Amino acid sequence: MQTERVKALIEAALPCTYVDVEGDGSHFYATIVSSAFEGLKLLDRHRLVKDRLKDHFDSGELHALSLRGTRTPAEAQS
Amino acid sequence: MSERDIQAEIHKIVTENPVVLFMKGTPTFPQCGFSAAAIQLLKNCGASVAAVNVLADQDIRQGVKDYANWPTIPQLYIKGEFVGGSDIMKELYANGELQKMIDEVAPQ
Repeated sequence: MQTERVKALIEAALPCTYVDVEGDGSHFYATIVSSAFEGLKLLDRHRLVKDRLKDHFDSGELHALSLRGTRTPAEAQS
Repeated sequence: MSERDIQAEIHKIVTENPVVLFMKGTPTFPQCGFSAAAIQLLKNCGASVAAVNVLADQDIRQGVKDYANWPTIPQLYIKGEFVGGSDIMKELYANGELQKMIDEVAPQ
Protein backbone atom coordinates (compact mmCIF):
# COMPACT_ATOMS: atom_id res chain seq x y z
CA MET A 1 0.00 0.00 0.00
CA GLN A 2 1.22 3.47 -0.84
CA THR A 3 1.30 6.51 1.39
CA GLU A 4 -1.00 8.32 -1.05
CA ARG A 5 -3.68 5.67 -0.52
CA VAL A 6 -3.41 5.95 3.28
CA LYS A 7 -3.65 9.73 2.98
CA ALA A 8 -6.79 9.38 0.85
CA LEU A 9 -8.37 7.03 3.42
CA ILE A 10 -7.73 9.52 6.22
CA GLU A 11 -9.08 12.42 4.17
CA ALA A 12 -12.20 10.44 3.38
CA ALA A 13 -12.69 9.58 7.06
CA LEU A 14 -12.19 13.04 8.58
CA PRO A 15 -12.51 16.67 7.53
CA CYS A 16 -8.81 17.49 7.27
CA THR A 17 -6.97 20.70 6.47
CA TYR A 18 -3.62 18.90 6.40
CA VAL A 19 -2.52 15.28 6.21
CA ASP A 20 1.02 14.01 5.93
CA VAL A 21 1.75 10.30 5.67
CA GLU A 22 5.10 8.57 5.64
CA GLY A 23 5.62 4.85 5.52
CA ASP A 24 7.32 1.81 4.12
CA GLY A 25 4.34 0.04 2.59
CA SER A 26 3.19 -1.72 5.76
CA HIS A 27 3.77 0.65 8.68
CA PHE A 28 2.61 4.23 8.29
CA TYR A 29 3.05 7.44 10.27
CA ALA A 30 0.50 10.21 9.94
CA THR A 31 0.28 13.83 10.99
CA ILE A 32 -3.27 15.17 10.81
CA VAL A 33 -4.82 18.61 11.23
CA SER A 34 -8.59 18.42 11.53
CA SER A 35 -11.43 20.48 12.97
CA ALA A 36 -12.89 17.17 14.19
CA PHE A 37 -10.28 17.21 16.98
CA GLU A 38 -11.65 20.37 18.59
CA GLY A 39 -12.57 19.87 22.22
CA LEU A 40 -11.10 16.37 22.29
CA LYS A 41 -8.19 15.27 24.43
CA LEU A 42 -5.40 13.38 22.75
CA LEU A 43 -6.66 9.93 23.64
CA ASP A 44 -10.05 10.70 22.12
CA ARG A 45 -8.46 12.16 18.98
CA HIS A 46 -6.54 8.93 18.44
CA ARG A 47 -9.64 6.87 19.21
CA LEU A 48 -11.60 8.95 16.67
CA VAL A 49 -9.10 8.37 13.87
CA LYS A 50 -8.79 4.64 14.58
CA ASP A 51 -12.57 4.34 14.85
CA ARG A 52 -13.23 6.15 11.56
CA LEU A 53 -10.71 3.88 9.83
CA LYS A 54 -11.97 0.73 11.56
CA ASP A 55 -13.32 -0.89 8.39
CA HIS A 56 -9.92 -0.59 6.72
CA PHE A 57 -8.19 -2.11 9.75
CA ASP A 58 -10.76 -4.90 9.95
CA SER A 59 -10.38 -5.71 6.26
CA GLY A 60 -6.63 -5.91 6.68
CA GLU A 61 -6.04 -3.14 4.16
CA LEU A 62 -4.51 -1.01 6.91
CA HIS A 63 -2.21 -2.83 9.27
CA ALA A 64 -0.15 -0.40 11.32
CA LEU A 65 -0.76 3.31 11.51
CA SER A 66 1.04 5.47 14.04
CA LEU A 67 -0.24 8.97 14.71
CA ARG A 68 2.61 11.42 15.05
CA GLY A 69 0.50 14.51 15.47
CA THR A 70 -3.21 15.23 15.79
CA ARG A 71 -3.95 18.94 15.92
CA THR A 72 -6.84 21.30 15.36
CA PRO A 73 -6.45 24.06 12.75
CA ALA A 74 -6.07 26.60 15.58
CA GLU A 75 -3.33 24.54 17.26
CA ALA A 76 -1.55 24.08 13.94
CA GLN A 77 -1.28 27.87 13.61
CA SER A 78 0.55 28.33 16.88
CA MET B 1 -9.82 -21.62 44.78
CA SER B 2 -11.73 -18.67 43.45
CA GLU B 3 -11.43 -17.51 39.87
CA ARG B 4 -9.26 -14.48 39.22
CA ASP B 5 -11.06 -11.20 38.72
CA ILE B 6 -8.60 -9.66 36.30
CA GLN B 7 -10.50 -6.42 35.78
CA ALA B 8 -10.58 -5.85 39.56
CA GLU B 9 -6.87 -6.63 39.80
CA ILE B 10 -6.06 -4.10 37.07
CA HIS B 11 -8.31 -1.52 38.64
CA LYS B 12 -6.49 -2.00 41.94
CA ILE B 13 -3.06 -1.63 40.30
CA VAL B 14 -3.93 1.59 38.44
CA THR B 15 -5.69 3.23 41.36
CA GLU B 16 -3.13 2.34 44.03
CA ASN B 17 -0.15 3.56 41.99
CA PRO B 18 -0.06 7.12 40.60
CA VAL B 19 1.88 6.21 37.44
CA VAL B 20 1.50 2.73 35.93
CA LEU B 21 2.94 1.44 32.66
CA PHE B 22 1.81 -1.92 31.31
CA MET B 23 4.68 -2.96 29.08
CA LYS B 24 6.38 -5.89 27.36
CA GLY B 25 9.45 -6.68 29.43
CA THR B 26 10.78 -4.67 32.33
CA PRO B 27 12.12 -1.10 32.57
CA THR B 28 15.65 -2.55 32.64
CA PHE B 29 15.01 -5.05 29.85
CA PRO B 30 12.14 -3.93 27.63
CA GLN B 31 11.26 -6.60 25.08
CA CYS B 32 9.54 -4.39 22.51
CA GLY B 33 10.61 -1.15 20.89
CA PHE B 34 7.37 0.64 21.74
CA SER B 35 7.63 -0.35 25.40
CA ALA B 36 11.29 0.71 25.45
CA ALA B 37 10.37 4.12 24.06
CA ALA B 38 7.51 4.50 26.54
CA ILE B 39 9.59 3.79 29.64
CA GLN B 40 12.34 6.09 28.35
CA LEU B 41 9.91 9.01 28.02
CA LEU B 42 8.74 8.45 31.61
CA LYS B 43 12.34 8.28 32.84
CA ASN B 44 13.07 11.53 30.99
CA CYS B 45 10.22 13.13 32.94
CA GLY B 46 11.68 11.85 36.20
CA ALA B 47 8.61 9.73 36.84
CA SER B 48 8.41 7.08 39.50
CA VAL B 49 6.73 4.29 37.54
CA ALA B 50 5.01 1.12 38.63
CA ALA B 51 5.78 -1.08 35.63
CA VAL B 52 3.80 -4.24 34.92
CA ASN B 53 5.36 -6.79 32.57
CA VAL B 54 2.44 -8.23 30.59
CA LEU B 55 4.66 -10.95 29.13
CA ALA B 56 4.84 -12.45 32.62
CA ASP B 57 1.05 -12.72 32.91
CA GLN B 58 -1.12 -13.61 29.91
CA ASP B 59 -4.35 -12.86 31.79
CA ILE B 60 -3.18 -9.33 32.56
CA ARG B 61 -1.94 -8.96 28.97
CA GLN B 62 -5.42 -9.55 27.56
CA GLY B 63 -7.24 -8.02 30.51
CA VAL B 64 -5.60 -4.64 30.22
CA LYS B 65 -6.63 -4.41 26.56
CA ASP B 66 -10.23 -4.95 27.64
CA TYR B 67 -9.91 -2.62 30.61
CA ALA B 68 -8.99 0.40 28.49
CA ASN B 69 -10.69 -0.77 25.30
CA TRP B 70 -7.33 -0.22 23.65
CA PRO B 71 -5.79 -2.96 21.51
CA THR B 72 -2.08 -2.49 22.11
CA ILE B 73 0.69 -2.49 24.72
CA PRO B 74 2.25 -0.32 26.18
CA GLN B 75 -0.49 1.45 28.11
CA LEU B 76 0.05 4.36 30.48
CA TYR B 77 -2.24 5.16 33.41
CA ILE B 78 -1.94 8.23 35.59
CA LYS B 79 -4.03 8.52 38.75
CA GLY B 80 -6.19 5.64 37.58
CA GLU B 81 -6.97 7.17 34.22
CA PHE B 82 -5.89 5.63 30.92
CA VAL B 83 -3.68 8.17 29.15
CA GLY B 84 -2.80 6.28 25.99
CA GLY B 85 -0.28 4.14 24.18
CA SER B 86 3.14 4.93 22.77
CA ASP B 87 1.99 7.36 20.05
CA ILE B 88 0.01 9.42 22.53
CA MET B 89 2.86 9.38 25.01
CA LYS B 90 5.26 10.65 22.33
CA GLU B 91 2.92 13.46 21.37
CA LEU B 92 2.27 14.42 25.01
CA TYR B 93 6.01 14.37 25.68
CA ALA B 94 6.76 16.54 22.65
CA ASN B 95 4.29 19.23 23.70
CA GLY B 96 5.30 19.18 27.37
CA GLU B 97 2.01 17.75 28.64
CA LEU B 98 3.51 14.50 29.86
CA GLN B 99 6.00 16.36 32.04
CA LYS B 100 3.17 18.44 33.50
CA MET B 101 1.11 15.36 34.26
CA ILE B 102 4.06 13.67 35.98
CA ASP B 103 4.89 16.82 37.96
CA GLU B 104 1.30 17.06 39.17
CA VAL B 105 1.41 13.52 40.49
CA ALA B 106 4.73 13.95 42.28
CA PRO B 107 5.56 17.62 42.89
CA GLN B 108 9.30 18.22 42.83
